[in-house]
Amino acid sequence: MIRRAQSAIGGGRILAATVAALAASVLPLPGWLELLRPDFVALTVLWFTLLSPRLTGLFYAWGAGLALDVFTGVLLGQHALALIVVAYVASKLRLQIRAFPPLQQSGVVLALLWLNEFLLFWIDGVAGHEVTDWRRWLSVIAGAACWPPVAGLLARVAARR
Amino acid sequence: MSAHEPDSRPLLLGGPALGLRLIVLGLAAAGLMVADHRQHYLATARDWLSGAAYPIQWAVQAPLEAWDSLTGYFESRTRIEAENVKLEADNLVLRLRQMRFEALEKENLRLREMREGSARVVQRTLVAEIVRVDLDRLRQRVLINRGTLDGAFRGQAALDANGIFGQVTRAGPVSAEIILITDAEHAIPVLVNRTGARTVAYGTGSSGLLSLPYLPQNSDVVAGDLLVSSGLGGVYPPGYPVGRVLSVDRNPAQPLLEVEAAPLAALDRDPQVLLAWFDSTVVEPEPAPEAGAAAPESTAREPAAPASPANRP
Repeated sequence: MIRRAQSAIGGGRILAATVAALAASVLPLPGWLELLRPDFVALTVLWFTLLSPRLTGLFYAWGAGLALDVFTGVLLGQHALALIVVAYVASKLRLQIRAFPPLQQSGVVLALLWLNEFLLFWIDGVAGHEVTDWRRWLSVIAGAACWPPVAGLLARVAARR
Repeated sequence: MSAHEPDSRPLLLGGPALGLRLIVLGLAAAGLMVADHRQHYLATARDWLSGAAYPIQWAVQAPLEAWDSLTGYFESRTRIEAENVKLEADNLVLRLRQMRFEALEKENLRLREMREGSARVVQRTLVAEIVRVDLDRLRQRVLINRGTLDGAFRGQAALDANGIFGQVTRAGPVSAEIILITDAEHAIPVLVNRTGARTVAYGTGSSGLLSLPYLPQNSDVVAGDLLVSSGLGGVYPPGYPVGRVLSVDRNPAQPLLEVEAAPLAALDRDPQVLLAWFDSTVVEPEPAPEAGAAAPESTAREPAAPASPANRP
């Protein structure tokens, strides 16, 4: 589905998808569901990076991360740093990941989301407000589980003329 | 940037360009974090940035709000009538208490004047709606629809009808972020209303729980004790209810007690909060106010009330 979308996508759609991901990351959810909320911005960045690093690249990942920092009111630059590392790894491994079957792709996404969450956790710790709650890692698993539907949705948004 | 145009760049990205970009952007992000962590540099910029994010945050919850007001509009008449009866009864009780409270307050003010202390009570309040967005799943923060244009400022106290709610951490032009008293990074100076013992109540990160880690083994505190704000530090007005002690764990091997308390404010259910203005210039620590001052209705008063102590014989 990634391959099909590649031929038709403009800056407007990328922006729209990013804003939608930002909105989804603050959408009010009932208590326990909130802990399972995947990092939609990370998923979106990951998808566009796998689609074509030329379109988005690290600057995009950085900007999206910064926007998420402003949105959620955390330390400015925190998500930006985590996301450029994730985007870097993803664009290095892009061609392999794209060739993977969906299940395996979810596995790689799990690893990348874990990297993202780990960097956030680490930055939190350095900045002196660590959250050691084990439930923070739930969103990583939820994110990997959400990868197929999110990727499908983004492919649809990107391919529509 | 359309993918239609022929692209002569290499298919396989990477190499020094990508690594270099990673390093430059990484340093930029790290620089931002350091500047933001040291508060003063970026505080104003952040206030404005959060103001820019507010329209989208507001738009996220607008459909929910609209749905609520629609269902509320068609809500059964009987329910509203029943609610009205209950509210009127409540109002009567509160007004009765208010009568007693006003007399007590006058007396209290006069007594304080004699000791040349100053009564630091809330002089003005402003109702703010809580915007229904989840800011961060790991932290206890909420967004409200009032900002610096309404006079809100960083460090301002926020209360609800039952007690102290939190304080403003970031004030954009039309929105502000409030850190709840249960956030793991929050601490509020309190005193045990029954004994007057001062301590600090820390947030635990889980809503509905405060922790008081600094009470020595011999201190007199039992489950059910009311905790009120002590006003030390000047952020919160003194004498407003904060929480009620849930459990006291006396482990003789430890030098300090493990005390847990539940906040009185309805932190996760409030649709609105009150932003409070009070005169915080006096830093003299005040002793525990009388029981009457801890009554919850004291937060909901209208402006001018406390300012005229002199018209008594």
